[in-house]
Amino acid sequence: MNTPIILPPLNTWFRRGLAAVLVLAGWPVTFAVELPSEVKGPVLLPRAVLDLPVEQAILTAPPQVPPPITRKHAARVVIHLEVKEEIMRIADGVEYTFWTYGGTVPGSFIRIREGDVVEFHLNNHPSSKVPHNIDLHAVTGSGGGASSTFTAPGHSSQFTFKALNPGLYVYHCATAPVPMHIGNGMYGLILVEPAAGLPPVDREYYVMQGDFYTTGAYGEPGLQTFDTPRSIDERPTYVLFNGSVGALTGDNALTANVGETVRLYVGNGGPNLVSSFHVIGEIFDKVWLEGGTRIAQENVQTTLVPAGGSVIVDFKVEVPGTFVLVDHSLSRAFNKGALGMLKVSGPEDRVIYSGKEVDAVYLGSQAEDGAQAARRQAEIKAAIATEMKANPAIANLTMQAQMEKGRQVYMQTCFACHLADGKGIPNVFPPLAGSDYMLEDRDRTVRIVLKGMSGPVTVNGVTYNSVMPPLNEVLTDQQVADVVTYIYNSWGNQGAATTVDDVRRVKSESR
Amino acid sequence: MPTFRPILLVLGLTAGAGWSLAADMVQVPAGTYAPLSRSVKEPAEVPVAAFRLDVLPVTNAEYLAFVTAQPQWRRSRVSRLFADESYLAHWAGDLEPGPQAPADSPVVRVSWFAARAYARWAGKRLPTTAEWELAAAAGYLTPDGKNEPEFIRDLYAWLARPVPPVLPAVTGAKANLHGARGLHGLVWEWVDDFSTAMVTGESRADGGLDRDLFCGAGAAGARETSDYAAFMRQALRSSLRANNTTTSLGFRCAQDLPAVPANSAP
Repeated sequence: MNTPIILPPLNTWFRRGLAAVLVLAGWPVTFAVELPSEVKGPVLLPRAVLDLPVEQAILTAPPQVPPPITRKHAARVVIHLEVKEEIMRIADGVEYTFWTYGGTVPGSFIRIREGDVVEFHLNNHPSSKVPHNIDLHAVTGSGGGASSTFTAPGHSSQFTFKALNPGLYVYHCATAPVPMHIGNGMYGLILVEPAAGLPPVDREYYVMQGDFYTTGAYGEPGLQTFDTPRSIDERPTYVLFNGSVGALTGDNALTANVGETVRLYVGNGGPNLVSSFHVIGEIFDKVWLEGGTRIAQENVQTTLVPAGGSVIVDFKVEVPGTFVLVDHSLSRAFNKGALGMLKVSGPEDRVIYSGKEVDAVYLGSQAEDGAQAARRQAEIKAAIATEMKANPAIANLTMQAQMEKGRQVYMQTCFACHLADGKGIPNVFPPLAGSDYMLEDRDRTVRIVLKGMSGPVTVNGVTYNSVMPPLNEVLTDQQVADVVTYIYNSWGNQGAATTVDDVRRVKSESR
Repeated sequence: MPTFRPILLVLGLTAGAGWSLAADMVQVPAGTYAPLSRSVKEPAEVPVAAFRLDVLPVTNAEYLAFVTAQPQWRRSRVSRLFADESYLAHWAGDLEPGPQAPADSPVVRVSWFAARAYARWAGKRLPTTAEWELAAAAGYLTPDGKNEPEFIRDLYAWLARPVPPVLPAVTGAKANLHGARGLHGLVWEWVDDFSTAMVTGESRADGGLDRDLFCGAGAAGARETSDYAAFMRQALRSSLRANNTTTSLGFRCAQDLPAVPANSAP
């Protein structure tokens, strides 16, 4: 048998001629003769690399991230990434021809480990209209792989690289016209985990921003076309997280539970805009600035993500709610779609975040005058109170007012059990009208109103055993005074008025 | 068009080379072509002599006539040196285009070798890059389509669409100023010297050469950085090998003007 001949990388035409001669002469000629001269053939890997375990990379669609790498050694990782040009939704009623890595925008998330030797296959789908390639910023070498992966429609390229530097890197298409390839969605992230790994977290997500240039305005329905002048002028119609309006909102929102630590791998494909990445209502506890391997900063509100760059942020979610991801260049968020959501569920912690406590009228420039008026009002009230106490006629009027207010409290709060006539419900709720138990100790009554009561009690010779809820958080001290005054002076009962001071005294005594 | 195919079939089988089908060709007047990118030593503008160009790209029916007459170009017989595995892969059989390749749709999945062989068989040749670009620069009404909003809109709308599974009929294509139809909007087309656009290395390291196509460096030395459509054509040509075939790449033929100018120029 003749040995197959692999021709040296000579001039293409010379090689073709030589191949033809060899074919005629009956020599078996390998596929190598069909390769263009710049194809170098498979790399001869050293023994140490060949001995590494081989694994297929797990690729995930956004916003998911492949699981952390647990192995403590390098591996030979095989990656197949398919380029496909597809019409997909960019907004409700609006479609766009995206050029994708793996069928999504951004492209599949790739996760490898520092020291891995990667065999990378770029497959350009036969239905593609144009050639594509890939420049992985994680690659050390000419074009980051671009020159080795320039691939015609319906063809496939392969190259090998060693992941020398850990970090979070952007990959993107680098075929001319590049702004169009990137503007059509050709970017994604590759994480090269440091040998020691990253600190464990509860949840990891993949978010990538990109700017889009359509001929129609934002929201204009139908299939939209890439707009070259807008792209050149850097005037996007859409600025999006994960490739479409609503990709990370509503039912598509990211989720977490209170108490968990969330890590976002954030990239920015551009092609043109720099992102001021911010999560409304959260503070990034740790920031791996620009996707590097050192926690460069802690406690950050907004972090810059360069076009063709990345960032890793960690934050613990302490309270429930919806936390909105934005590019804090806010016209992009408000008018061009740069919005995402993280929905955190779990119990409230009102000390960390109370929710709205007060909604009050604010008088602006009159506020200072208002405060003076309030002080003046308080002084007048105090003077009136002193005057009223000293004047029996007015004191009597005061009791009438208290009776009326107390009746209102009673009809809202007490009437359901003790009934309007104060007779209660036989054997269930004791009467207040003519109640020996109530009338013998006014302070005890006040205490029961404040703190509630349960267990057996004998009223007018009948034993009751039910529960009365405490009302100290429901009624103000004044209302307690009013309602006690009311029940001590209704249905034939007769007693003195109960004052706010009485209520406060009982409160302090029973504390 | 319907009468054209049988005529060509007869001509192809009987007359072969030497025939010109002037009725189905248009004359493109002389002009200049400014290469998209070039080295400093190359001229900024290349003169292009007047030539004839097919009105339409070659259809499946026409290509069927060719492979009928030239058996070595049938799918089952073609050498892998001259056409890769996807050569005519959408045809139902060697001499049967089938439902994926309607008679009036442009033929695709043909290699440069095959396109050249067809042209030679038809007594024509492939246009050069300069000729093709000169002809295709014309809009519907003027020699420079870049100034015609409707033309630009149609051009980019086509570029934005993925390749349909079954290509439309060539007869639906709009004519440009010269009367050529479907130069844009149907398929990419082979040119004779496509390999002059070949990118061999990583362009950002190859400064000064006329192959700076990758990333931002692709714009270095380019004539007209805003002509994205031209960049796409150049990138496509660069990505191809002469035996490659793709689902959106066909061709049309050109011809020199006769030595004595025809008095019946269209």
